[in-house]
Amino acid sequence: MTDQQLRVSKIRNGTVIDHIPSGQALNVLAILGIDGTGGDVVSIGMNVPSERLGRKDVVKVEDRELSQSELDVLSLVAPDATINIIREYDVTEKHRVDRPERVTGVLRCPNRNCITTEGEPVDSEFEVLDDGIRCVYCDTIIRDDIASHILV
Amino acid sequence: MRHDHITSAKQLSRDDVEAVLDRAGEIAADQEAYADRHDGSLLGLLFFEPSTRTKMSFSAAIKRLGGGVVDMGPVDSSSVKKGESLADTVRVVEGYADALVLRHPSEGAAKMASQFVDVPLINAGDGAGQHPTQTLLDLYTIRESAGLDGISIGIMGDLKYGRTVHSMAHALTNFDVSQHFISPESLKLPRNVRYDLHQEGASVKEHTDIESILPSLDVLYVTRIQRERFPDESEYRKVAGEYRIDAAMLESARDDLTVMHPLPRVDEIADDVDETSHAHYFQQAHNGVPVRMALLDMLLGGDR
Repeated sequence: MTDQQLRVSKIRNGTVIDHIPSGQALNVLAILGIDGTGGDVVSIGMNVPSERLGRKDVVKVEDRELSQSELDVLSLVAPDATINIIREYDVTEKHRVDRPERVTGVLRCPNRNCITTEGEPVDSEFEVLDDGIRCVYCDTIIRDDIASHILV
Repeated sequence: MRHDHITSAKQLSRDDVEAVLDRAGEIAADQEAYADRHDGSLLGLLFFEPSTRTKMSFSAAIKRLGGGVVDMGPVDSSSVKKGESLADTVRVVEGYADALVLRHPSEGAAKMASQFVDVPLINAGDGAGQHPTQTLLDLYTIRESAGLDGISIGIMGDLKYGRTVHSMAHALTNFDVSQHFISPESLKLPRNVRYDLHQEGASVKEHTDIESILPSLDVLYVTRIQRERFPDESEYRKVAGEYRIDAAMLESARDDLTVMHPLPRVDEIADDVDETSHAHYFQQAHNGVPVRMALLDMLLGGDR
């Protein structure tokens, strides 16, 4: 068994999210709402050597096939991520993440005067722009460090 | 008009704006003809912040159409004080009224509230966000005095937090207008409004002083700079003093310059301007009634 395999072993069934920018694995899990309480078996590799990225993070979620719409949100923090759906140890589907048009319920609006931050029965909702995201309620635009606004 | 709710000036096309202004013109010319147009209709007023002009002119507008108001009254004596959500409040009040008017201190409040009701909901100001009906009456005033195409407009004062400014800037992108924004650095247009103006390809210039641009303007829209936007009194006084106009200053302006202000003013327009032909701000405030009558008429099914 190689050193690489020891660090991030193969899974039998589930989803592998590869080519995550180094340091973003925990944000990826936060966006997907995976915090361990759901019982999912999750493996995380951080700062794994990568030919393409130099260093990368990898997340493996066992026995769960994440949908494209769930995964597209990841494009905000991991635009080059690749998604592998694994069945019986084989990669049966391989996808890239696409930028979604809207992101709902994942991020908190940084405008403290936005109605979505005040306990009303609505999810936050952002329109995805070419170079950032924009709250559909208060119009606040976020360009930098989108990950710091993830709802956890 | 195809909109059920009026939450932002961004949603208004040129055709929408002109339809409202045309109707407002018809109403202003013959208000009696509309006197019982909406006999028995009730307008729900939900003002979570103080208001004089907006609230009174909406009340006057529905009454002059033959309808009436149901008013939540001050927040202090309402169910909001007990912790009721805005979403619940509007869902209750829509059962009492044919349309709702909402002013709220939070940005996005009207947009959110509109998702919970079936009756038309009108944004009468949401924090530092939008105030689309003020913009409609402002555009009506500009159309009456200077026309809405081929003009230069200076918008001066608190451009960062001024919701009337944000709505106006968006709406003006529908017309052939050069927009000049005049403010201290700390109160420049917010990023989201700049973004939209850029996307629309609007003609926009920013200035930190009024003198150089004043002679070329057809319209000067003055807004109040609020004390609470500054860390200390002396800084506020210094800045506020630089964005104040008086009759002497207006001698360098065109004879037909239209000076507007959403009111209330504090001292950003000196009293001596009131006596000049430039002063349009009281007429502007009066225009709130026919313009809001027109909007209500259209939202309540005036074409029936």
